[in-house]
Amino acid sequence: MSVDATVLEVEDLVVRYPIHRGLVGAVTRQPRRQVHAVEGVSLSLQKGEMLALVGESGCGKTTTAQAVLRLVDPVAGAIRFDGRDLVPLGSRDLRPVRRRIQVVYQDPYESLDPRFRVKAVVEEPLLIHGLGGSKAERMERVRDALARVELSPPELFLERFPHELSGGQRQRVAIAAALALEPDVLVADEPVSMLDVSVRAGVLNVLDGLRRNGLAILMITHDLSTAARFAQRIAVMYLGRIVEEGPAAAVVRNPQHPYTKALLSVVPRRDPRDRQRPQILQGETPDAVFIPSGCRFHPRCPVAIERCSIEDPALARPASAEDGHRAACLLLPARS
Amino acid sequence: MSEASLLIEAPPEGGQNRRGFVLHTLRHRPAAVIGATILVLVALGAILAQWIAPYPLHQQVGPVFAHPSWHHLLGLDDGGIDMVTLLMWGARVSLVVGFAATLVSMAIGGAVGVLAGYFGGWVDTVLMRITDYFLVLPDVPLMIVVAAIWGPSLFHIIIVIGILLWTSTARVIRAQVKSVRERVYVKRARALGAGHTRIVFTHVLPQVAPLLIANTVLTVAVAIFDETALSFLGLGDPSTTSLGKVIENAFQRAAISAGAWWAIVWPGVLVTLIILGCSLVGGALEDALNPRLRVAHLGARTFRLRPLVGRGQDAL
Amino acid sequence: MTAPLLEVENLNVWFDLEGGGELHAVQGVDFSLEPGERMGLVGESGCGKTTTALAIMGLLPPSASVAGRVLIDGEDILAGGEAAMRPHRWVDIAIVFQGAMNALNPVRTIGQQIVESLEIHDRGKGAAARARTGELLESVGIPAARASRYPHELSGGMRQRAAIAMALSCSPRVLIADEPTTALDVMVQAQILELLDGLCNDFGLALVLVTHDLPVVAQLCNHCSVMYAGEIVERGPLDVLYHAPGHPYTRMLFAASPDLGMGDAPVLSIPGAPPRLDRPIDGCPFRPRCDSSFAACVERPHLRGVGDDHAAACHLNEMVTA
Repeated sequence: MSVDATVLEVEDLVVRYPIHRGLVGAVTRQPRRQVHAVEGVSLSLQKGEMLALVGESGCGKTTTAQAVLRLVDPVAGAIRFDGRDLVPLGSRDLRPVRRRIQVVYQDPYESLDPRFRVKAVVEEPLLIHGLGGSKAERMERVRDALARVELSPPELFLERFPHELSGGQRQRVAIAAALALEPDVLVADEPVSMLDVSVRAGVLNVLDGLRRNGLAILMITHDLSTAARFAQRIAVMYLGRIVEEGPAAAVVRNPQHPYTKALLSVVPRRDPRDRQRPQILQGETPDAVFIPSGCRFHPRCPVAIERCSIEDPALARPASAEDGHRAACLLLPARS
Repeated sequence: MSEASLLIEAPPEGGQNRRGFVLHTLRHRPAAVIGATILVLVALGAILAQWIAPYPLHQQVGPVFAHPSWHHLLGLDDGGIDMVTLLMWGARVSLVVGFAATLVSMAIGGAVGVLAGYFGGWVDTVLMRITDYFLVLPDVPLMIVVAAIWGPSLFHIIIVIGILLWTSTARVIRAQVKSVRERVYVKRARALGAGHTRIVFTHVLPQVAPLLIANTVLTVAVAIFDETALSFLGLGDPSTTSLGKVIENAFQRAAISAGAWWAIVWPGVLVTLIILGCSLVGGALEDALNPRLRVAHLGARTFRLRPLVGRGQDAL
Repeated sequence: MTAPLLEVENLNVWFDLEGGGELHAVQGVDFSLEPGERMGLVGESGCGKTTTALAIMGLLPPSASVAGRVLIDGEDILAGGEAAMRPHRWVDIAIVFQGAMNALNPVRTIGQQIVESLEIHDRGKGAAARARTGELLESVGIPAARASRYPHELSGGMRQRAAIAMALSCSPRVLIADEPTTALDVMVQAQILELLDGLCNDFGLALVLVTHDLPVVAQLCNHCSVMYAGEIVERGPLDVLYHAPGHPYTRMLFAASPDLGMGDAPVLSIPGAPPRLDRPIDGCPFRPRCDSSFAACVERPHLRGVGDDHAAACHLNEMVTA
């Protein structure tokens, strides 16, 4: 992996949402509170790589994606695309960048305008960015994009409305619309979680094919089995932090952080003989308003010691892990 | 293997076809059909007045306040003019005022609603406070004042009614836009880099347009009522004959003491019919198009039992 | 031989379509359930699994018509219509829906709602009902003090637990769980599955788990029925279904679910889409999507035994035995 192949780099990203105090709160001088959605996340994405950002709802994975898409404003940190920091850019300067970072949303039933035919959906990004030349050339690109997501022959789909398509086909149309602009990075926010199992693999295989052809994909998911099979690297998030990060196979076979271990143990296996005793954490992810002191996982951690409530561990490579595999836990002896 | 090849038969899941839904609602609501029939008949009479009206508008065709007869089905008015003719021409003016004023109020209400709903934040706050002020203004007294100051003319009446009737439209549209704005495909367009103008005109407006149309029909009824009231109070345009004007004239010329009830009742009935028609159609359209008014129900004790025939039996 | 706890026989459901015609959503489903048994009912969306669940509960909309038999302890509760259904609904069979938020009344506390369902079914009043509510909530892992919370004050997992507590209020013997964990996170999903597991073990509750997620069924159930195009195409012990499936659809459905242990093995999607149910189906309904269809498939196969406690509706099995 050469350094040159890095297309997207996020460094110490912090995103917070203020909570409105309301009139009573302001009068009684309650402290201003905020949701600490993302607290110091760093990650990098190479060309031709799929990075899976895994975690439970409320862990900040979607906010991270939104920040990368510059749909929310970070409080601190840098988002470098092609070596250029996107955070200080205004909306005018962002326009050419938006073309190169595209997104596919979770819900294919909601993400396509119900009144747009397939050809209009895929053509719209080209119109917005004034690309694609004449009408005929644009249609050529639309056909090309549909073919790349294996909706073939494209003629069969061009004139259809979203409600005439199945969920899997709609998601492919959404991907095709993103591809029409020839992006370098694709952010896929839970791309298959709303789809039937029987067609999920088809959409994932399409994404995998695009990645092999050089697209960098940031996939947001809560499904570790999907991440394990399709991503090259996995980053596990908990309460706004990445707690473990590394090559997919290493994270799945040799998890280091207790949270990752617990998550992996509760993933249902398809072979009934693989049924194992899940290590179920009690309670749910705490509110991102009141972040626990020290290691933010310590209140739910099965192996926490006293020090965990005081010291906040940083991501480091544990002695028992391979290269590029890092975890943030005090109990893991770091490699000297 | 491509998913495509077999999918020509893909089921249109739930196929919430909007047009089908509208037609279905209209078909299953006789009230809407009655309303539409009334409106069409009245509009036809008004539009075709100059060709099908039995007598010229300004010609005395008989004695003042003549009783209804075979020649003059609804009688004659204070100038000896045929009431049928008068109603056709009056409906014409009333409808023009109604629709023109509604157009004005839809333009204002639609714009305010879309801007407030789409941009939110302080834009929303400011626009909605203004809307609230207009909402609490007493309509009729204000119209009287404005009409009195500007002088009675059809154009002024249209403007006055228009700028007073947009508030409810603005509120309904704002609520709808707020929900459309949160749709994923609108977010997607933003992520794509689309500007506000593009998003509003290609994604948001078409989505709220049906609601705007339903609202238009309802507002027409109010506008016609207001125009009638203003004319009746003598603030209408003296040079035109609207339904309100017809009532006012009859009233002024002591139609009541002359026992000529037909000179007042028929135009009143016609106004009522128009308003009823608008309300029936508008109400049905709103039910059909406003998602907030649509109620889903999961009912117990409603399914039917039927005996088993055919394949089911063989399977046992 | 005593009658099974719940038996569904040749259940058919049709829906009237708006433009005329009808949709045959459930086509001759039968299965039976013993106390303490956990059965999975698996299939793609639109395969009729939720309709089957609603039909058993007698909760279908007016556009539906039903035929077949639903027996509890050998008594047909479907034949008598609503009157026969009511004494059993919630008392013998209860259901938990996918979106707990929709099943709970947003303007009443969860405690009030459970007390209400106790009172409706004469399972105690006033203080007794409130005490029972506390017990029910504790039994699903919600502190009794939270009875005074409104649904929106609870997290998704807690709401689902509250919905389960409500379903358990009349101590039913059969619980139908319709996609109980679909919108939930993995960890919360594991908690709910553990809860359902415990309820089956401790109270002998029979469970029908309706879901599209085979691994979840593999985690919790011993038996599974796979539905396709309105009918059960295979049923049997899960172990057999995974290791020796008798229907290509079952095999392909397993192959389409990514698994942690699969390494680089391909994940295969099933091409095409299920057939429309508003018109008659010729031959095997899975034939157009099947990777191993052959001449005999123009004839519609019926569910028949292919092994111990294992049945499938596929002509391939006849080839093997012939």
